[in-house]
Amino acid sequence: MTARLPPKSAGLVFEADYPRVRLTGYWITTAIGSLDEPMPSPGWWPGRAVTIDAGELRALDTAGAWLLGKLIGVLESQQREWRLENLEGHRRTLFELVQSRQSDIRPVEPPRRQGMLEQVGRASHDHLNVANALLAFIGESASVLFNHLIRPWRLRLPLILTEVEEAGVRAVPIVALLSFLLGVTLAYQGSVQLRIYGANIYIVDLTALTIFRELASLMTAVIVAGRTGAAYTAEIGTMKVTEELDALRTIGIPPFDLLVLPRILGLMITLPLLTLLADVTGIFGAMLMAKSLLDISFQSFLDRIPEAISMASFVLGLIKAPVFAMIIAAVGCFQGFRVTGAADSVGRQTTLSVVQSIFLVIVADAAFSVLFSWFGI
Amino acid sequence: MMNENILEVRNLHTCFGRECIHEDLNFEVRRGEIFAIVGGSGSGKTVLLREALLLQEPTAGTIKVFGETPRQVEKNGLRQRTGVLFQHGALFSSLTVQQNVETPIIEHTTLSPGLRHELGCLKLALVGLASENGRKLPAQLSGGMLKRAALARALALDPELLFLDEPTAGLDPASADALDDLILQLRDSLGLTVVMITHDLDTLWRAADRAIFLGERRILAGGTMKQISGSGHPLVKAYFQGNRGRGAREAAWNPG
Repeated sequence: MTARLPPKSAGLVFEADYPRVRLTGYWITTAIGSLDEPMPSPGWWPGRAVTIDAGELRALDTAGAWLLGKLIGVLESQQREWRLENLEGHRRTLFELVQSRQSDIRPVEPPRRQGMLEQVGRASHDHLNVANALLAFIGESASVLFNHLIRPWRLRLPLILTEVEEAGVRAVPIVALLSFLLGVTLAYQGSVQLRIYGANIYIVDLTALTIFRELASLMTAVIVAGRTGAAYTAEIGTMKVTEELDALRTIGIPPFDLLVLPRILGLMITLPLLTLLADVTGIFGAMLMAKSLLDISFQSFLDRIPEAISMASFVLGLIKAPVFAMIIAAVGCFQGFRVTGAADSVGRQTTLSVVQSIFLVIVADAAFSVLFSWFGI
Repeated sequence: MMNENILEVRNLHTCFGRECIHEDLNFEVRRGEIFAIVGGSGSGKTVLLREALLLQEPTAGTIKVFGETPRQVEKNGLRQRTGVLFQHGALFSSLTVQQNVETPIIEHTTLSPGLRHELGCLKLALVGLASENGRKLPAQLSGGMLKRAALARALALDPELLFLDEPTAGLDPASADALDDLILQLRDSLGLTVVMITHDLDTLWRAADRAIFLGERRILAGGTMKQISGSGHPLVKAYFQGNRGRGAREAAWNPG
């Protein structure tokens, strides 16, 4: 708001010849800022008896009354005797109301600042706690999942399908577009280099290997983490704030069954499919670039793919997807359950959820690379 | 000066699509009075309050606050002269209670941090909260404390016009009585004008000077509590002559 109240000011006059303090002007919240130093110096008046004259006061509110109380407190601490004049009617009532509450007020000291060592200690302790809780959450998910897999009729199939639609079908445009652009970029950068050596046909090896084996699954997982993982946290977190989770429990529906399991299973179905889509559109983008920059026809591009990469590379890219899906769904739901209290916590946990799931996805991807190279695939 | 209209509603209509909830409402609130808006659930009380707060625009009709149109109110910064207690508190959840109360003071004044802090504690004390509660986050408070903290924030700038949406709902009877007392005390000492929505018949009988009864999209009855409760309209009768209504009325007329 830019408009301000018309300037009003409060005044305080100490008269030394006649021991009197005059209050003038508006003693209200918006005006008492002008009373910078309202307190009399101890040497102001050598005598004891002082009159406080409120006759020229134009307005008084609780803030003004509080300041008046403070002034009186200072006068008392200087062992003066004071008398309050010309404070009548509702102003007197207000002053007395504020004075009566004065004893209830104990200015609270701001919380102590933490030292370096304490901060590090607390942070480590908190992180360990979170890691511990995440582990417990994964354990619980696994046990519930196992229970349901041996009794599959208890799975909530409609919910799983809703998740597939929400996380999968609705993500098709964005995943297709981004992986297409990725294929285009990759092929463009590669062809500029390969043309120098006249090794045009190797553009197929370059793009197919990177897209099938690494980029399609990683890219899709990152998009889904930002899109779906964040939504999981926000949804469950908001439900926690509004006590909907407690309501579920009292009705006898374990929130885990209803909110976590369908999401984990749904995403484990969805992410491989999205990865496959990213494979196709990514390669399509690369093919377009290869044709326009290097004159490689679609037919020769497609013929070259089976020679360039093995089936194993293609399958390995898809095998990673369910693992990524599990990480994203588990972290998203876990952070949702960690929401405490109020709205601001939902935002904080959602941020954490996205950061952590992308981090874990990349760590898992690295672990896969190490694992595959051990087995020599 | 005493009969100045603080809030004036003329020919007010509110419709959501085809469904109308107010048809041709007319009333005014005078300076220094405690004015209650009464009515069954779903009779459009909260919508009316939101319109008076200029948060929502009526379909037709005018609302004047401090004798000025909504646009002038925004322009002249008159919002600082109103305070609102929302139904569910609406405290900022990322700030402590103390910071919540200080927010309007920080925004609109140039007081020193020390004085600001003391004023925040004073407002909390006025509504009956200990200074220690100022450190807590809204989520850590009980329902009743939340309501009082929200009232403290509404009172932060000593507004001339205070809107209360169900101030005593969810409070225990003792706290509700204390809140009634506080509202009366503030009115007497600050010359506050209060517009409140309430279902609490005790509050109505004790605190309200005048009231209107909303129902069937119109004002079914208006005036002092005695006049309203004597109205012949079946809805008003059912409201005041039920078991709860009679008890509150008897308590109001036979104190002690």
